[in-house]
Amino acid sequence: MRLRLFVNGTPRTIDGVDERATLVDVLRDALDLTGAKVGCNRGECGACTVLLDGRRVNGCMVLGASADGHEVVTVEGLGTPDDMHPMQRAFVDCDALQCGFCTPGQVISAVACLKEGHAGSPGEVREWMSGNLCRCSAYAQIVDAVLSAAQQDES
Amino acid sequence: MKPFAYARPQSLEEALAAIGAPGSAALAGGTELLNWMRLGIEAPDRVVDLQLLDDLRAITVQGDGTLRIGALARLSEVAADGAVARMAPVLRSAILQAASPQLRNLATIGGNLLQRTRCPYFRAEDPVPCNRRDPGSGCAAVDGEYDNVALFGWTERCVATHPADPPVALAVLDAVVVTTGTDGGRRIPVRDFYVLPADRVDIDTVLAPGELITAIEVSSPAPRSAYVKVRERSSYEFALVSAAAAVETDGPALLRVRLALGSVAMGPWRLGDAEEALVGLEPASPAVGHAIDDAVALAMPRPGNDWKVRLARNTLLRAVRDAAAIPDVGGIE
Repeated sequence: MRLRLFVNGTPRTIDGVDERATLVDVLRDALDLTGAKVGCNRGECGACTVLLDGRRVNGCMVLGASADGHEVVTVEGLGTPDDMHPMQRAFVDCDALQCGFCTPGQVISAVACLKEGHAGSPGEVREWMSGNLCRCSAYAQIVDAVLSAAQQDES
Repeated sequence: MKPFAYARPQSLEEALAAIGAPGSAALAGGTELLNWMRLGIEAPDRVVDLQLLDDLRAITVQGDGTLRIGALARLSEVAADGAVARMAPVLRSAILQAASPQLRNLATIGGNLLQRTRCPYFRAEDPVPCNRRDPGSGCAAVDGEYDNVALFGWTERCVATHPADPPVALAVLDAVVVTTGTDGGRRIPVRDFYVLPADRVDIDTVLAPGELITAIEVSSPAPRSAYVKVRERSSYEFALVSAAAAVETDGPALLRVRLALGSVAMGPWRLGDAEEALVGLEPASPAVGHAIDDAVALAMPRPGNDWKVRLARNTLLRAVRDAAAIPDVGGIE
């Protein structure tokens, strides 16, 4: 089937998509946007987190077909190595990653967490970032990064 | 995953016709259906995506004061709604303790009612005996390496539990599931919505094929209500046991109490005897604990899961106290 997506601000038309493909499959395989990762492929790890119409979702739990006509933002749409998004900068500054596999999902989720107004305290960040697992267990630094970005956002 | 056709009907009528056809599956949030298809629990020929049915997404307070939640409202939208917070804090709390922010942005309140058990044998990637997956094949969980099984309403055919949090809250709210179908619609109290193993194990709910949940209605709000969920980690985990309580008081004494346990049966488990026994007691009195002791004494623990009985007792007690701790401001508006 044919999909029309708005990805990172750009309209994209993708032909020949299998109905079974998930949104993260389409992003990675058809559009070569490999930031979002397929970790568990069943909605448990959050490595595939993207923004769908501005809201964070698990890219593995949405059919590509269901995303037809909708707006998607992936980590590639946030910033570049030379011009990082403040949340990306905060993750670097706070050393909030080790292997990096979960990081694109963490960063997207963190951007949404902050925008939703759930970055007021360490406990609140832990609760509202619980949908993103980090098997290297960089959690303490991830919480620091989200809080740090929230402070910059206020100033 | 078996190949399927994808349809996105424009109207409720089109949607009902589509999901009424054999081999069709309705797709709302997708957070369960996609995993069922991956595991082979469901293998539809056609997936009917309901995303265009905007009329089923509204959350409103109707003229008679009934809270009506459209079936396609996302869990995150229900939790963020002011009327829900005011009239049904137990539901808001249950939702915010369910799943993750990402999943709550996808999952719908109607779909959540249809969540299926987390029993690992039911969800096994390779076939094992499970009467729900393969009728007549037996139950691997009955003597299995899994102790988070039912306390109430189980049989040797199935010892699984229903894992969702919102239905437990909806049970104490005496919520009604509103449905429609090509043959007309029904109004089904949440407490009559689930099918226990003693009756059947081939279905989880009384929802008929082709019947669609359109809304959930709460006509008996509970501004003083609470949800307590106990789990192995403090976020993003299914319950070991959960409890919902809604109270009304007359002076210091309980006047009306509604109680339900979650993750102890194949649906929310209301405790009618305890509800009656609590009337006239003060929430902090030891007699409340004794009445709840009597209620959980009816549990039928399996070998190895008697720990859930004590947990259920203490979780219920905390839910009653949390609900009673909410100030009685009188009225709900």
